[in-house]
Amino acid sequence: MRPEIFELEFMRRAFVAGLLISIIVPIIGTFLVVRRYSLMADTLAHVSLVGVAVGVLTKTQPVIAAVIASTVAAVLIERLRGLKKLFAESILAIFLSGSLAVAVVIISMAKGFNVDLLSYLFGSISTIGGVDLFLLAVLFVLVLASVALFYKEFFLVSFDEEFAEASGVKARALNLFIVILAAVTVSLAMRIVGILLIGALMVIPVVTARQFELSFRNTILVSISFSLVSVISGLFLSYYFDLASGGTIVLVSLAIFLASLAINRPE
Amino acid sequence: MTGPKTCIEVKEVSFSYNGNPILQDISFDVQEGEYLGIIGPNGGGKTTLFKVILGLLKPQTGEVRIYGEPLESFKRKHLIGYVPQRSISDYYFPATVEEVVRSGRTARLGLFKRISKEDASAIEKVMEVTDVAKLRDRLIGQISGGERQRVFIARALASEPKILILDEPDVGVDVTAQEKFYSFLEDLNSNTGITILLISHDIDVVAHQAKTILCLNRRLVCHGPPRDFITEDYMQKLYGKKVRFILHGH
Ligand SMILES: Nc1ncnc2c1ncn2[C@@H]1O[C@H](COP(=O)(O)OP(=O)(O)OP(=O)(O)O)[C@@H](O)[C@H]1O
Ligand SMILES: [Mg+2]
Repeated sequence: MRPEIFELEFMRRAFVAGLLISIIVPIIGTFLVVRRYSLMADTLAHVSLVGVAVGVLTKTQPVIAAVIASTVAAVLIERLRGLKKLFAESILAIFLSGSLAVAVVIISMAKGFNVDLLSYLFGSISTIGGVDLFLLAVLFVLVLASVALFYKEFFLVSFDEEFAEASGVKARALNLFIVILAAVTVSLAMRIVGILLIGALMVIPVVTARQFELSFRNTILVSISFSLVSVISGLFLSYYFDLASGGTIVLVSLAIFLASLAINRPE
Repeated sequence: MTGPKTCIEVKEVSFSYNGNPILQDISFDVQEGEYLGIIGPNGGGKTTLFKVILGLLKPQTGEVRIYGEPLESFKRKHLIGYVPQRSISDYYFPATVEEVVRSGRTARLGLFKRISKEDASAIEKVMEVTDVAKLRDRLIGQISGGERQRVFIARALASEPKILILDEPDVGVDVTAQEKFYSFLEDLNSNTGITILLISHDIDVVAHQAKTILCLNRRLVCHGPPRDFITEDYMQKLYGKKVRFILHGH
């Protein structure tokens, strides 16, 4: 018989981290999904892997290295998109596969940290330390405060970039801001669900909420609730059935999505 | 000087896309309170001209001044309401009509400011006059094309602009709604003194509504009151063939 779930220090940490992440991930996810920029989440996650590889290799903080790598990539992606010479999709595809290639090469240069690396790829709640939690809390406040302060501007540029620009709102800077927030969020969430599944957690609750045809504000609120339910029940299930936490969380969110499809089936 | 003030000055503007000249040496002024109709063939550069006036495109030569200030340093761009040309029929975006209309006030509010009571009542008034109040909770993707056009006009008016720039706002709007819409624009222009710049392919309507007509086919073909325009010469210059032009009495 295993101990009660909350008797364990690492499970308590995992729940705190899970709660913080399940609130900010769908908020940022909404701003990506509505402008059909869903692939951005996966792209930034793969770029984070480069940071993780460098961090593990140099025995520094992989999470901070990941935040830096994905933020730099986010800036470059927005710059390239601003040139309007390439499709946004193509830019993302290039960054996604390119960063994976870089990460694989770095990993091959240093042998013997496979276990560590796997924990980043698939998420590992048992390795969340006090420093991780502190970092997460600080950036949680940062992301939430930014969205609260710039909500009307974020809505406007997401809905109609050209109109925003024409009315004197700094659309470019705001776009950049949004993707930087996305980069930070992705790098933080990878400890819980893992690099390979963060995109799913960012997109599935939002797409699920979209099925209900709500206002923008309510779409965000409902996607937060779906994400909370997924993360909390995913953590419980993964603990009691000894399953991978990241995979279980995403499977729960997929189950909710399928249920919402059934409920909102078009006639 | 007591006459009308100049609100938009376009001075020797030329614009090209990748070396392909779209606007060539365009100069004209718009007075405060003017109702300017812009016509011209497809690809004639009408939308491009609007984008230059709005600062969305930078002309290679020439400049635009708004209320005497160079466009780049003009800070009160919320005084210009813009209704873009739309062909998108697929709006996946989850947003209600009310959210979209409110977003039109973003620039006027400025950073870190929330919608106050006065803002809310100004938005409410705009939704009433554009007749979209009853659609407020509908999703922008789930209303008809004509209704959506009215929502975009409401959004442009939400910042209480002094200049309204409309790019083919009558596309997809039925005849009755169109008549209502044009008399609404006329009221707006004559009662509140809003300056209107309107692109439309409906030459008949433009000739009746607008106080000034500007014909654009990469170059400025003509610019003056409608009665000057009603000569077949201009139609020939503009569209490359004789178009029979009938001015209906109203
Ligand atoms: N982004 C772009 N890149 C290159 N060329 C462009 C671009 N946008 C427009 N053009 C070209 O510029 C020309 C003028 O376009 P514009 O949209 O200003 O025409 P318009 O007068 O508004 O036409 P319409 O009546 O069809 O709306 C067209 O020939 C078009 O092909
Ligand atoms: Mg056009």
